Amino acid sequence: MNYKMVVSMTGLILRLEAALLVLPTVIALIYRESTIVSFLITIGITLGIGIVIKLLCKTDNSIVYAKDGFVIVTLSWLCLSAFGALPFFISGEIPSYVDAFFETVSGFTTTGASILKDVEVLSKSIQFWRSFTHWIGGMGIIVLVMAIFPTSSGRSMHIMRAEMPGPIVGKLVPRVKNTAKILYLIYIALTLMQIVLLTLGDMNLVESIVHSFGTAGTGGFGIMSDSIGSYSAYSQWVIAIFMLIFGINFNLFYLILIGRVKNVLKSEELHAYIGIVVFSIAAICMNVYHMYSGFSEALRHTTFQVSSIMTTTGFATTDFNTWPSFSKAILLVLMFIGGCAGSTAGGLKVSRIVLIIKIIANNIRKVLNPRAVGSVRFEGKMLDETTRRGISNYLSLYFVLFFLMFLVVSLDRFDFETNFSAVAACFNNIGPGFSVVGPTGSFADYSVLSKFTLSAAMLLGRLELYPLLIMFLPTTWRRAKNVV
Amino acid sequence: MKIIVVGCGKIGTHIVAMLTHEGHDVVVVDRDPVVIDSLTNIYDVMGVCGGGADCEILKEAGVDKAELFIAAAGSDELNMLSCFMAKKMGAAHTIARIRNPQYNDKSLNFMRENLGLAMAINPELLAAHEIFNILKLPAAVKLESFSRRHFEMIELKIKDNSPLVGGRIADIRNRFSAEFIICAVHRGCVTHIPDGNFVLQSGDKIAIAAAHLQIQKMLKEMGIIHKEAKNVMILGGSRMAIYLAKMLTSVGNNVKIIEKKESVCEELCEALPKAVIVHGDGASQELLLEEGLHQMDAFVSLTGMDEENILMSIFAMSNKVPKVISKVNSDELAPIAGSLGLDCLASPKKSISDVVIRYARALKNSIGSNIETLYTFMDGSIEAIEFNVKADSKLVGIPICKLNIKKGILIAGILRNRKPKIPTGNDVFIPGDRVIIIAADMHLNGFQDIVGQPIKRDEV
Repeated sequence: MNYKMVVSMTGLILRLEAALLVLPTVIALIYRESTIVSFLITIGITLGIGIVIKLLCKTDNSIVYAKDGFVIVTLSWLCLSAFGALPFFISGEIPSYVDAFFETVSGFTTTGASILKDVEVLSKSIQFWRSFTHWIGGMGIIVLVMAIFPTSSGRSMHIMRAEMPGPIVGKLVPRVKNTAKILYLIYIALTLMQIVLLTLGDMNLVESIVHSFGTAGTGGFGIMSDSIGSYSAYSQWVIAIFMLIFGINFNLFYLILIGRVKNVLKSEELHAYIGIVVFSIAAICMNVYHMYSGFSEALRHTTFQVSSIMTTTGFATTDFNTWPSFSKAILLVLMFIGGCAGSTAGGLKVSRIVLIIKIIANNIRKVLNPRAVGSVRFEGKMLDETTRRGISNYLSLYFVLFFLMFLVVSLDRFDFETNFSAVAACFNNIGPGFSVVGPTGSFADYSVLSKFTLSAAMLLGRLELYPLLIMFLPTTWRRAKNVV
Repeated sequence: MKIIVVGCGKIGTHIVAMLTHEGHDVVVVDRDPVVIDSLTNIYDVMGVCGGGADCEILKEAGVDKAELFIAAAGSDELNMLSCFMAKKMGAAHTIARIRNPQYNDKSLNFMRENLGLAMAINPELLAAHEIFNILKLPAAVKLESFSRRHFEMIELKIKDNSPLVGGRIADIRNRFSAEFIICAVHRGCVTHIPDGNFVLQSGDKIAIAAAHLQIQKMLKEMGIIHKEAKNVMILGGSRMAIYLAKMLTSVGNNVKIIEKKESVCEELCEALPKAVIVHGDGASQELLLEEGLHQMDAFVSLTGMDEENILMSIFAMSNKVPKVISKVNSDELAPIAGSLGLDCLASPKKSISDVVIRYARALKNSIGSNIETLYTFMDGSIEAIEFNVKADSKLVGIPICKLNIKKGILIAGILRNRKPKIPTGNDVFIPGDRVIIIAADMHLNGFQDIVGQPIKRDEV
């Protein structure tokens, strides 16, 4: 373990968080809200600790191995959430620190699960910070660090890989720094585009910004109790389409930018993604047609809910709790599938689903013709044994963890549907589940143990299991002995 | 600058390591996914898995935008083919590794022209050349020459009985009549650019720059016996051995090559009519003694195994062979060999790095290539660069002492009208000069980089 590097990186993250907190402080200043004090205190604390770390911890050895990368990412996210929760707690808008922590983790992991029963009573700056955490967590704080700060080590790919979602993480251009920059520029450009489009509708500037942050990070924190339900059809369509866009692999946007549209159209993951979305919309639309006043309304609500759940955003325009079970079942399946790899969405990722189906098909073929030499191809490339095994492993681990957490959460007094969907919604970074934790409900009544379990579930889901898990292995913390 | 490296074996990996260290955007192409995986993990590069002569793969690597394309795979033919394709697909400059002696004669120029190669690199030939230089001046650990041998730089190890031990740099200059300059001192793991008050110790490795004739004079004054190695024993009949033996026999030295494989021995016989080829296991000490190890002036171990080279070199040293050189390719083993007392190591991949860095820097330099030669000393921590001073350079006509020269830079020599000169503070640069600069931990792209702030004319 390269402790010094881990600590100094955490210090850097804290200083960056202090800088990011300036934005909600400005909002508080504009609206002349008293929450400004809590933001200033938090900036003081994070900056103070960050500077102390910078002064005390001099890194002489910047070599980072895969293990250190995992630890750096996990610790960064934990610190980010722990300190990011302070404004909620200090301002007293969320009186319990556990609740504030849950809310912040939910924000940074772009889950959108809330312990608040009424969002509308929150002050504007707190609402803004809540949504801003989505935007930061969407593309990832480490990617932001890579894009801004010079990295001396060539091994920074280990850190980036621990944060980027998907089974195979590649680079767009040779340098990590430039790759991170390109990703963030695409991210910013798309967000700005959405903000502009939303201001053309019935939202004011701050509302458009807040909702764009929620959409871009595929988070789902809104500022209304009924999420997006009370906005115009235009705004709902814009958000629905942008949710789908943010669920697509960002590498594809880069390919479009450099003019390789052909490669984009050939992307298997994109085909599967669009196929699943279209199929779900059609199926649910037929199923819920009778509940709405016309085809266009039914189509709008279905499209919105499907894209919201599929991309693990968690906005809602209607209470899908009241939908028939078939529609709810489809939504539950979509919760697990999630968006594309390399997007801001959570879940298992479409590429993993496509791959696992191919691997299963290949194995079944092997049963029929035991001597056949089968190959699994994805995006035109042969899949090696390591990747294949990695995906099967990931899937097994995913379900083991899912049921373990489900057991813990079931200690609470809620019904089966609530508990199951609560874990699924947190683990896949969606937000709302069904029944009590549905789009109009909240996670407020869960016990402290469950809240911690669900917070862990959100982090596990966002960082894709391994980084958080290796924190519990004693070997991770073994100090290198003869360090020169 | 965008650079593509095809084929990442020992040489390729080393080139990638250097180029990323220099700050270039590197894309690596290799057939083996494991190699690509480990390279992208260690260095900040993008990996593409596939063959180097595959159109699709080259396109994916972005060959049309590449400014430099280096093919360093194991096969010469593949390298030539992929360089040819890269050139046709839009790569600005191509470098191929061509190491088979069969291609490295008159046909090389023909191929280079017709394939559009900017350069053909042959690591084994370069390394053999380095060894050859050292054998001519066995007192040195390393010897490089600038400006067609008018100026040379040598690396020496200070022995216990040397007159330099305990001397201050400023005093040493007065004590000897030969004109030379001590550019760098390597002690422990640190390399210093010494000032006048620096005191030398026994065991230091020093780099000295001087004119060709002055070096001989200096060594004589220092009491270092300068005797060319006449009888050389080479272990292992590798490509490097062939190149080296050819050079040595052509100047009339006696060469004895010991090779294990009979078929290789026969090939050696054919290629090197003047050398004595012995068929036998070089790892057998008995055989070496029988073949007259005691009478040899130098022992060069060039087998494919680093470990064998190190062990047999130690054996030769214990038998009082005056000069022992061994080929050590692995970065891990080199310091171990050094700690065992082997100060003179040769490695094809190290020799190639200077050439590639020089080429890449010259390309990067927008003003145009004014780097003439570039060598690295002291395990790469010190660079010696020869610049050509152009007429439009801002540094022309200002006394050196008035230039705001950066820390860690030393002007070791000026060549004016083919006359070498060790500069003093009052000297000025004039166009047409060749200047030799020593730089520590810095990447100089052009001559103007040696000064910190741009100089204003009116200040002078």
